[in-house]
Amino acid sequence: MAKARIKLPDSAKVGDVIEVKTLISHVMETGQRKDADGKTIPRSIINLFTATFAGAEVFTAELHPGISANPYLSFFMKVPGPGEFEFTWVDDAGTKVVEKMKLNVA
Amino acid sequence: MRLAVHSSRLSRRDFALGAGAGIAVLGLPFAVVGQDPSQGWEQAVKKVLGDAKPIEGKVLIDMPEIAENGNTVPFTISVDSPMSETDRVKVIHIIATANPQPGVAVFRFSPLSGKATVAGRMRLARTQDVIGIAELSDGRFLTSKRNVKVTIGGCGG
Repeated sequence: MAKARIKLPDSAKVGDVIEVKTLISHVMETGQRKDADGKTIPRSIINLFTATFAGAEVFTAELHPGISANPYLSFFMKVPGPGEFEFTWVDDAGTKVVEKMKLNVA
Repeated sequence: MRLAVHSSRLSRRDFALGAGAGIAVLGLPFAVVGQDPSQGWEQAVKKVLGDAKPIEGKVLIDMPEIAENGNTVPFTISVDSPMSETDRVKVIHIIATANPQPGVAVFRFSPLSGKATVAGRMRLARTQDVIGIAELSDGRFLTSKRNVKVTIGGCGG
């Protein structure tokens, strides 16, 4: 799979509700298209995204082919304290991309 | 408006007005062939709701009125909720009523979520209603829908 980009606020206080923006490169092949020979291009998408913070689950997304290529997802978290995010993307083949990012908590 | 004389543009327009094969030419990943997609969405909704009667109007679906490019249509879906342990949104489902597969995504929130809001980008095969269904922690369902017009860009609408 490919590169993921994460955007977090530079810092946050306990109790702040912060926005987390994520982006990953992926063609998200739907399984509906045909190639030049008329053969169906098989489906191949990222079907799951999970975000945990300090080991606790924050947000999960089950994605279907209706999600656009290069899936962008933004969600929110209420800061419980200092910690590290762990983001995981899983595709149809079971391949995983994992990114970690610390949140600066004042 | 002057019709584009360039032949590939004209034929794109014809295909856009039709269905099926032409959509592959445009690069949209959908071919509207086979099963009538309009039947699938009701089943998708029933799968989520079961026999429950949802409360209408409390899911905010923020999407453009007119989507220039059906390949990537931005959405923000949110429900006004305290998101406390005892009163929160657990899940939000997005269903596109005229896509080959009506289920677009399922978003699961947690007590850490803070807000029941999620943004992303979806594919829309053509003009259609997009439905949002929220499951609350007390077992109730909320639902709203939003119509999005999809132009295939090109001829200036």
